[in-house]
Amino acid sequence: MIEIRDLHKSFGSHQVLRGVDLLVEDGQSMVVIGGSGSGKSVLMKHIIGLLKPDKGSVLVDGTDITRLDAKHLYEVRKKFGMLFQGAALFDSMAVWENVSFALLRSGMRASEARQVAIEKLRLVGLTGIEDLMPSELSGGMRKRVGLARAIAHQPQILLYDEPTTGIDPIMGDVINDLIIKMREDLLVTSVAITHDMHSAYKIADRIAFLYEGRIVETGTPEGIRNTTNPLTKQFITGSSQGPIKIEGINA
Amino acid sequence: MTRFIEALGSRIIRFTAVMGSMLLLFAETLKELLLPPYEIKNTFKQVMEIGVKSVPVVAITAVFTGMVLALQTFTGFKRFGAEALVGTVVSLSMTREMGPVLTGLVVAGRAGAAMAAELGTMRVTEQIDALETLATNPVKYLIVPRFVSSAIVLPSLTVIADMLGILGGYAIAVWLFGMSSALYWHRAWNYLELNDIFGGLAKSAFFGAGIAIVCCHRGFYTEGGAEGVGKATTGAVVISFMTILISDYFLTAWLLK
Ligand SMILES: Nc1ncnc2c1ncn2[C@@H]1O[C@H](COP(=O)(O)OP(=O)(O)O)[C@@H](O)[C@H]1O
Ligand SMILES: [Mg+2]
Repeated sequence: MIEIRDLHKSFGSHQVLRGVDLLVEDGQSMVVIGGSGSGKSVLMKHIIGLLKPDKGSVLVDGTDITRLDAKHLYEVRKKFGMLFQGAALFDSMAVWENVSFALLRSGMRASEARQVAIEKLRLVGLTGIEDLMPSELSGGMRKRVGLARAIAHQPQILLYDEPTTGIDPIMGDVINDLIIKMREDLLVTSVAITHDMHSAYKIADRIAFLYEGRIVETGTPEGIRNTTNPLTKQFITGSSQGPIKIEGINA
Repeated sequence: MTRFIEALGSRIIRFTAVMGSMLLLFAETLKELLLPPYEIKNTFKQVMEIGVKSVPVVAITAVFTGMVLALQTFTGFKRFGAEALVGTVVSLSMTREMGPVLTGLVVAGRAGAAMAAELGTMRVTEQIDALETLATNPVKYLIVPRFVSSAIVLPSLTVIADMLGILGGYAIAVWLFGMSSALYWHRAWNYLELNDIFGGLAKSAFFGAGIAIVCCHRGFYTEGGAEGVGKATTGAVVISFMTILISDYFLTAWLLK
């Protein structure tokens, strides 16, 4: 279970998070929606301890990870797998070494780690690419390799940063199906952030809307679709008319 | 006037902040260096990358430096009949100054720039974040191997530079100016002390460590996409050059005491 309480984060004078509260139950698929630059990635980086908040806490299975020292934080991180927006594959390593990176680091033999990598790659629908370099892959393949790497050490929680951004809609739907499959087959808790409503409705069982540094509404996909909150309504219908302040445009 | 003082003040503050953050990175690098597990494979890879691949450039630089030193000394010292000292000038200059400094500059320009660009790219493409999520300390995994190999490799390259520089001087003095081979060697060796060589090597180890910290720091804290990587790389080379040239004076003054 992930419990975020009153999370604040500023960069210089720029207040990005201004008191985020969010609860993600075990096995749930939470999708945080919000505009570009609204702080979704910043929020996600707090969940896995890549950023330290100015105020507030992040409880992972009851442990406040914002107060852990480096050693214990690395231990908690083993519960997580994260798929980065640009996949963040290590471009100096072959695909299979990317996938089994954490396993190789924890001392698994190369031949065994390679087998695990091949098996995880098959799980995300990729075969015969284990010896390629990341630079030889298409955007959609990179994301799937990134997903294979995120699940290789059998995490309990998967984080997805804009899983469908930057790839074509069909590949986007392949990724959506994989996210659902991961949850059903591996029984993981998942948190995704996106501004793609099609994807959000498809993969979420809860949706939270991040606006001006706070979660303004949380609900089921059905509830969000029929929302009465004018801010949420404007965002999900993708209208330029409404109460949401748009940078560079004066009302 | 007040604006000038403000601008100066904010520059000094920024400079101090960068220095402080480099020292912190240095401290963390030392800590991670001492704590197991040790990154032996990665360090070896960096020795190849920083060291072996720099040999050709270092060699060419050193040979030509030795040659020009001999050329200048021979023609200059001839004015007061001291051209026989050419071997001494070349051997002392190379081992004490030119070997370590030029090797440092060459490695900073070649391998240091590559370190900053590589780490900078990893930062802006979130590969450094990815290391963290895979429970790997990026300082240990990326910076320690570069630091260790740079500090080992620089003195080794300096030994090569010293030898080739003296050989380059020999080529000019003996083949071009017809000096006797025995005289050149005699002058080159007889006034050379072990301390000249070791002092030079100590300086170069310091330069190696400094280059690695400066360049890794610039790369590690890159911000702002591809443009940021470009800035980090340029900054890394400029600061490394300054660090080498300024610290060289003070290290030399200290070694000569
Ligand atoms: N490390 C950082 N330093 C300074 N500003 C940052 C940093 N990370 C993010 N920001 C700023 O925080 C805001 C939110 O960024 P982000 O979370 O990436 O947005 P998004 O919702 O598109 O993922 C942006 O304005 C961004 O410029
Ligand atoms: Mg983002």
